[in-house]
Amino acid sequence: MSPDLLKLIFGRLGIESLPLHEPIVVGTFVVVALGGIALLGGLTYFRLWGYLWREWFTTVDHKRIGIMYMILGIVMLLRGFADALMMRGQQVLAFGGSEGYLNAHHYDQVFTAHGVIMIFFVAMPLVTGLMNYVVPLQIGARDVSFPFLNNFSFWMTVGGAVLVMASLFIGEFARTGWLAYPPLSNIGYSPDVGVDYYIWALQVAGVGTTLSGINLICTIVKLRCPGMTMMRMPVFTWTSLCTNVLIVASFPVLTVVLALLSLDRYVGTNFFTNDFGGSPMMYVNLIWIWGHPEVYILVLPAFGIFSEVTSTFSGKRLFGYTSMVYATVVITILSYLVWLHHFFTMGSGASVNSFFGITSMIISIPTGAKMFNWLFTMYRGRIRYELPMMWTIAFMLTFVIGGMTGVLLAVPPADFVLHNSLFLIAHFHNVIIGGVVFGAFAGISYWFPKAFGYKLDPFWGKLSFWFWVSGFYLAFMPLYVLGLMGVTRRLRVFDDPSLQIWFIIAAIGAVLVLLGIMCMLMQFAVSFLKREQLKDVTGDPWDARTLEWATSSPPPDYNFAFTPVVHDNDAWWDMKKRGYQRPLTGFKPIHMPSSTGTGIILAGLATAMGFGLIWYIWWLAALSFIGLLAVGIGHTFNYHRDFDIPAEDVIRTEDARTKLLAGAK
Amino acid sequence: MTIAIKPTQSGEPLFYLADEHPHPEGWSTSLGFWIYLMSDCLIFAILFATYGVLSGNYAAGPAPKDLFDLSLVAVNTTMLLLSSITYGFAMLTMQQNKIGQTQLWLAITGLFGLAFIGIELTEFAHMIHEGATPQRSAFLSSFFTLVATHGLHVTFGLVWLVTLMTQVARFGLIEANRRRLMCLSMFWHFLDVVWIGVFTFVYLMGMLR
Repeated sequence: MSPDLLKLIFGRLGIESLPLHEPIVVGTFVVVALGGIALLGGLTYFRLWGYLWREWFTTVDHKRIGIMYMILGIVMLLRGFADALMMRGQQVLAFGGSEGYLNAHHYDQVFTAHGVIMIFFVAMPLVTGLMNYVVPLQIGARDVSFPFLNNFSFWMTVGGAVLVMASLFIGEFARTGWLAYPPLSNIGYSPDVGVDYYIWALQVAGVGTTLSGINLICTIVKLRCPGMTMMRMPVFTWTSLCTNVLIVASFPVLTVVLALLSLDRYVGTNFFTNDFGGSPMMYVNLIWIWGHPEVYILVLPAFGIFSEVTSTFSGKRLFGYTSMVYATVVITILSYLVWLHHFFTMGSGASVNSFFGITSMIISIPTGAKMFNWLFTMYRGRIRYELPMMWTIAFMLTFVIGGMTGVLLAVPPADFVLHNSLFLIAHFHNVIIGGVVFGAFAGISYWFPKAFGYKLDPFWGKLSFWFWVSGFYLAFMPLYVLGLMGVTRRLRVFDDPSLQIWFIIAAIGAVLVLLGIMCMLMQFAVSFLKREQLKDVTGDPWDARTLEWATSSPPPDYNFAFTPVVHDNDAWWDMKKRGYQRPLTGFKPIHMPSSTGTGIILAGLATAMGFGLIWYIWWLAALSFIGLLAVGIGHTFNYHRDFDIPAEDVIRTEDARTKLLAGAK
Repeated sequence: MTIAIKPTQSGEPLFYLADEHPHPEGWSTSLGFWIYLMSDCLIFAILFATYGVLSGNYAAGPAPKDLFDLSLVAVNTTMLLLSSITYGFAMLTMQQNKIGQTQLWLAITGLFGLAFIGIELTEFAHMIHEGATPQRSAFLSSFFTLVATHGLHVTFGLVWLVTLMTQVARFGLIEANRRRLMCLSMFWHFLDVVWIGVFTFVYLMGMLR
């Protein structure tokens, strides 16, 4: 075939795009391919495709979508963590004239992919998944406001993840660092597909995130059950509300800044170029106007989880509920006023830097208030050291260290020394792992029995906990030391042999974290096998306080047979205290949204469009775009999107639960 | 919320609704759509801010005074403002259940929208023909992006308008279609407001620079 025709069909995709010259990538591909074939074969052999399609892929049930988000987050955690191990290995080896085992081309992709995956495809799905699962239950709703949109949002997030994963084997990923600063990310310095993969993965996933933000705000504002005033909402629902407000108010900024970068790369405009009046620093400003709120998007729900866990496992009402809510709202607002602290070294002058330094330090006040609220909740409480509580205590100890180094970095003169050093790396891992990841794990072990009807195995859980926590400290405390000695981030080789010992310690820490992850997977497997022993039929295994524990575990499709009525904070605790009797008769049909495959089809088309744009396969991009419009419009011609669960089905489900509860007594 | 909570006759507090009415269809839609519009508003806000930063960076190329034809922009603005008024008429006739008139006003709105897009494209073609391409300077990059993003929104609105007219023709002014027309109405007026910003900050103030 002529080269022109090939170019028309395949764009810039060719056989040389496959990284056959990289043995590590080829090896990974073989493993992934074998695993993938085994998985697909297994699904086919056990005839699970129909089940998966009907019950999971097309579901609009917020609970199942929440679980799928969690699975996505955990799977991507494995990928992101593999990148982390590779970096640790490289930095241990590359001393004394050694080049290590990763060439620069590969290493730069690894650290970029690690950051992008961990933030967008691990932390975000874990947080979104927990919010999706828990919030409607906590407010006594049957589903979210826009159930179809929820399904669509999830699949768009998957679409973004698919594009990032595709870059591992087809072409390459960005070599720019996780925020792809221009001019490096511009076409002149990054002419290959890496940055395009980055852009389109984030754009596709970003649509999903924004829509899911709108969805959850509406859910919390419009679907609360009677009696649940704003100031009676569980704190996790409050932090979710604030997080989703942040999502809606910040992700459009990311969308625009990436769109402008794409215009620079595809059309040749001059937004972020060095010549013709462009301004690379404007990109840095804009992306951090999204980026700083983003870290609070991740950590606020974690704060909510810790609040629920602390009060449940201390057997006490949360200390300072009102101050907790106001602290959350204040953090939400302040998170928009600090973005410049990520680049004090830009040179915007003393007054601007002072302003942003001071606003950054002020954030520690509401955060500190939260810390004291948790402590006072525990004070004189009857604390049960179950897994969720252990993660919470590890969080409190770890996060305070991360917070203090953060305040240190917020001092502009100190930042001029520490900017882009490993001290910064240690700081943000300290708060993200200590805050978000520990929070997600606390949330998983806390709500797992709600989602599946049995508790997680405590032995493997505690093993995982201790590996994670000790591994974290071993991995990141050395980076503080190295940062103070002036080592900058993203380095591939080192000259000074005295640094090596710290990298060795950090690598040992990473291996411990690896053991922690493996124990966690083991924990899931063991718990599944021992599910009869770990079974909870009460629906309330922790003697907890909020509404999600009022229904069965796992909850029925409709969540609550009758919409609950709330009289106090900690509604379920209040109901238990006042001798609430579960209704046994009078069930009625329940109106619910029906499943639809449109979400996954649209997301598939969007992913194909992204792939076409990345590789300049214009026909694919155009066809997918037309497909998107056609399917999207076609979907609006379907006016019948709900159905009624018949009363008999409700009666059958509820009677089964009555029997279980009677057996439990 | 909307349902008053009364204790039962025995004085025991009520913990669940024995007789529940599901939320009406579209219970959250207008709030959701508003929030979407605000997120869209942020997209324009960033584009305005970008334009604000870059609008003086001509890179020795043409400046607003060399390029803008205010009378053409005035005509264009009129088209869009008129389309907002006619959309308003469509909503009024929808309230009176006059399906034919609603469709007529919607069609007129669409024609004004088309005229707006047509004039904008003519303006762009003229500028590009003179060498004032989006690649020429950061000022022109940000100008074209801001104005074309608005234009793309109007184009999308037109596609939506045609879809809704088809649905009204097929299914009548049922509740779902009224709600959809209401959402498009918000969208359309929102674009009008954004355009007033473009007209003021880009065109009028550009001529004053």
